[in-house]
Amino acid sequence: MTLPLNPQRVSVDSISKIKELSGENIKACMQCGTCTVACPMAEEMDFFPRKVMHFSQFGMLSRMEDINSYWKCASCHSCSVRCPRGIDIAKVMESLRLLVLRTNKNYIEPSQIPKEKLKEYPGIMMVAGFRKLTS
Amino acid sequence: MKISYYPGCTLKYKAKNLETAALASLDALGIEVEEMDRWNCCGAVFSLANDDLIHMVGPVRNLLRAKEQGAEAIVTLCSMCYNTLARANLLMKNDPVKRDTINRFMDDEIDYFGEVEVYHFLNLIKNEIGWEAVQEKVKTPLTDLKVASYYGCTLQRPEEVGIEPIGKFSLMNELFSTLGAEIVTFDGADKCCGSYQVMCEEIGDNNAAAKVLSAASTNGAEALVTSCPLCEFNLGKQQDALLDKGRITETLPTLYFTQLLAISLGIASEELGLELNDAQVAQLLESKKLLVAA
Ligand code: SF4
Ligand code: SF4
Repeated sequence: MTLPLNPQRVSVDSISKIKELSGENIKACMQCGTCTVACPMAEEMDFFPRKVMHFSQFGMLSRMEDINSYWKCASCHSCSVRCPRGIDIAKVMESLRLLVLRTNKNYIEPSQIPKEKLKEYPGIMMVAGFRKLTS
Repeated sequence: MKISYYPGCTLKYKAKNLETAALASLDALGIEVEEMDRWNCCGAVFSLANDDLIHMVGPVRNLLRAKEQGAEAIVTLCSMCYNTLARANLLMKNDPVKRDTINRFMDDEIDYFGEVEVYHFLNLIKNEIGWEAVQEKVKTPLTDLKVASYYGCTLQRPEEVGIEPIGKFSLMNELFSTLGAEIVTFDGADKCCGSYQVMCEEIGDNNAAAKVLSAASTNGAEALVTSCPLCEFNLGKQQDALLDKGRITETLPTLYFTQLLAISLGIASEELGLELNDAQVAQLLESKKLLVAA
């Protein structure tokens, strides 16, 4: 699906927020879908990486509020090393997470994780997971 | 050249086997590395946001501490520590504005400009010891063991810190060939294991890990080898659950590359930390008669 371009849809403010945080030129995305093909988590995402990039190009942050795509991203950089336009998509995903996390919202609640699981998890997994998914 | 060893948090607890096997191997190879003093957590993941410099403080503090202690390089075993430290180092080398901000924020420490090199243990073995010297010390060749090298994400991506070019797995493959093993290649050596995402999932739902395991098993691997404690957890310790949920059809013993190295150097099985691996690893090694008692 290609989004029609009209003034109601585009949020210039949000586009610059994403650009500033990620440091990436999201407008360079040509919607080829290479990122989606490369993504190991795509099947678990509400919207594939290509679509997230499309929403981002329009600055549609409210449309992305309740989607799980950027929370499911594992920061694996498979997309980033393959993007023909040289976009580090992992950084765009990170900026979308941060725009939520910086409003003091968590995606996972550490206190809700069962103790047996916490006992099993290796340290780096908890540090990584809490860094990516909690504020 | 003084090379300091940076272990990282997980190697002192859940992944002690990655470390003990490495240290015993270095000893057998006659190489001395000293654990650096006063290291701290590397932060596990490299911050990807332009304005997030506070999370650089952790990795940079390790790097400047190594410099302060006179080291020219640090060597890591854990892939995630390697990735985080190497990327923070590049930032300190190449980005004068961010470097200046970080140095000024840490005004109680010496300034750091990216002087210390960051090595992964695999680079160290190849460059400082060399395959021939390793081969001379092999006591128990891994004959008849079909091994698949698994790099995951953090040893290869992004390109500028990859231990070798994307799609090449020669450091591990050459090491295991040197040790006498048969190499099995498969489409999945650099695919993600699901990483920290497993914290949001039910046990046994990690399809990313299932795909890696299936690809290696299909090509005939008998063991999957990694250098990352997170990969070892997702790939090695979740197999029964993946099997129960029908995501994989057979199990595949998963262990650390340092354990294979230690085995072939004749190090006693008590020093391999096999109790920290999934039980099928010890079973495989026993059935191949690769374990020697102290
Ligand atoms: S690979 Fe790059 S150009 Fe292609 S859709 Fe993804 S972000 Fe856009
Ligand atoms: S970095 Fe995220 S979006 Fe990109 S391929 Fe990996 S999981 Fe998918």
